[in-house]
Amino acid sequence: MKKFIFKGILRDKGRSLLPVIVVSLGALLTVFLYSWVTGVLGDSIEMSSNFEGGDVKIMTKAYAAEFNQFPNDLALLDVEELLKELETVFPEINWAPRIRFGALADFPDSLGETRGQGPVAGWAMDLLSENTREPERFNLPAAIIRGKVPQKRGEVLLSEDLAARFGASPGDAFTLFGTTMEGGFSFVNFVIAGTVRFGTTGLDRGAVLMDLEDARSAFAMEDAAGEILGFLPEIHYDDRRAHETVVRFNDHFGQFAEISGDDADFSPTMLTLSQQEGMAQILVYSQAISAMLIFLFVAAMAIVLWNAGLLGGLRRYTEFGVRIALGESKGHIYRSLIWEALMIGALGSVLGTAVGVALVFIFSARGFDFSSFMQNATILIPGVVRPAITPVIYYIGFIPGVFSMVLGNMLAGTGIYKRETSRLFNELDV
Amino acid sequence: MKYIAILLTSLLAGVLFPGILPVPLCAQDNPEALALLKKVDNNLSSGSRIFESSMTIHGRRSDRTLTSKSWSRGEDSALTEYLAPASEAGTKMLKLGDNLWIYTPAADRTIQISGHMLRQSVMGSDLSYEDFMDDRKLTEMYRAGAPVEDTLRGTRVLVVELTAKVNDVAYPRQKMWVDAEKFVPLQREMYARSGQLLKKIELYDVQRVQGRWFPTRMVYKDMLKTGGGTEFRIESIVFDADIPDYLLSKAGLR
Repeated sequence: MKKFIFKGILRDKGRSLLPVIVVSLGALLTVFLYSWVTGVLGDSIEMSSNFEGGDVKIMTKAYAAEFNQFPNDLALLDVEELLKELETVFPEINWAPRIRFGALADFPDSLGETRGQGPVAGWAMDLLSENTREPERFNLPAAIIRGKVPQKRGEVLLSEDLAARFGASPGDAFTLFGTTMEGGFSFVNFVIAGTVRFGTTGLDRGAVLMDLEDARSAFAMEDAAGEILGFLPEIHYDDRRAHETVVRFNDHFGQFAEISGDDADFSPTMLTLSQQEGMAQILVYSQAISAMLIFLFVAAMAIVLWNAGLLGGLRRYTEFGVRIALGESKGHIYRSLIWEALMIGALGSVLGTAVGVALVFIFSARGFDFSSFMQNATILIPGVVRPAITPVIYYIGFIPGVFSMVLGNMLAGTGIYKRETSRLFNELDV
Repeated sequence: MKYIAILLTSLLAGVLFPGILPVPLCAQDNPEALALLKKVDNNLSSGSRIFESSMTIHGRRSDRTLTSKSWSRGEDSALTEYLAPASEAGTKMLKLGDNLWIYTPAADRTIQISGHMLRQSVMGSDLSYEDFMDDRKLTEMYRAGAPVEDTLRGTRVLVVELTAKVNDVAYPRQKMWVDAEKFVPLQREMYARSGQLLKKIELYDVQRVQGRWFPTRMVYKDMLKTGGGTEFRIESIVFDADIPDYLLSKAGLR
């Protein structure tokens, strides 16, 4: 029977084509919307990862306990050796040492005395190496308002609002007053290469971006870093992979620390993005929002396809009557109806999923560029958004495509059992 | 009813005219404590002084020692020049009134420190810029409760509790253990208005200098920080010295 039904679906295109198209469209839209919502929310988490926490972050235990105070006196030492070790053990991960700091930006008058000053939050990262990906992570140069990305040591980026408040422009010099790793004074003159907008009030009020080596020189942190961020190869954050990385790290470096006799407080520790303060709640929240949006859409699509199945079944009541009159049992007709719905649903879901997945791959590679719609790109709001590629996209289209179609036909098919031959003859005007 | 009216009127008068309330409702200096504070001020305060000092900061990972030379006149003018280590040598801090400037040869700049920055730590030590700057006499800033006898490190002391009587103090409350014979504080605890202990200072090696008793070693501990504290040692001190005016001016910074 199944072979007969399948041949009928393929040959009787007048009857099967429209349902297959409807199911395909439904599956395609479900796949693409799931990917889109997951991608957009994933991008916001990715932004947090790029900016703040990495997919994983390595700090000393003492630094991790007070991380929001940027305690650089508790920073990682012998960072080059640690990085070599990390690149050997985790070759798939991109490692980025950074220094975070708080300081005072002092703008001089013509006599070299204080004209104005303001507190700044600082990021020091590798801006100048040839293959560095740090500018990309900070959405540079798109987020630059005036000037350009630093080209050499001694140049920094300042937040636009801070520069505007003190009348500073690219090319002007200012003094950064901070603290060395040992707690001493640090006064270093820098040149403003450009100004940036972060997109949040607090940071736009006072922030500075500089090259890592400049910070190491300014704060007497040679071969040191406050934190080392690790970025997994996946485009969007994968919590499971991050946790696996932490387990491998603890296995490898936990033994190393015991052997070397390092003070436990200053031995390196690794945290996933979700383990860092505040991030767990953001991750759970974004996953909940994502799940809710997808559920609502899948439910709506399921109702549409269920309705299509219902109408398809209702339309064929005359056919069912003839078949009953010809001696076919009601149960046999019902089962053939379900098999047809299953085959049409599967065929449409396969086609819709294939096209949907192809579109997801294409747009994931290219991304949607919204920067032309935004007055200024910022560091925290990149202009390009990409749909996410996850294993779920290969089967989520089947939920409305197959199950709803089958359910709709199952409901419509219950009318078969109420069919009476006398009504059939009446309908056929016999 | 009549009694309640009198009570309410008294309280209202106390709010509008604080001075008219009877003594138990408005704290005043204990005469014995006031005399004690004056003796302490006589030992610690002077018209001017020049001293050389070293400050050892016990950090989480390592210790650092900075040496400096300071000139101060009265409560409003003071200059400190750091002599060692090489990374800090030549850095100068000048206090004039409520203003503080720092000159750094590394950047060849004079930078003014003000506002909340004054509460920051100096050189990573347990002292803040406010601690360095505030040189006023205790009798000007605090009123004191009755002293209580006690013993500290084998020495008879008088313990006195101080409450600020002006608003612009770094520590609204203090507790002081004063050597009962030499009238020099041997221990001080500084508190916030809420009662939280902020800083603790232990004073040692009290020596006779130019007719006064003066502690030459102090250990500061910021109770809100982990770490071993800061040891401040006076290597040499001269009271009522003649200080050229140019030294205590911004022109003298460069």
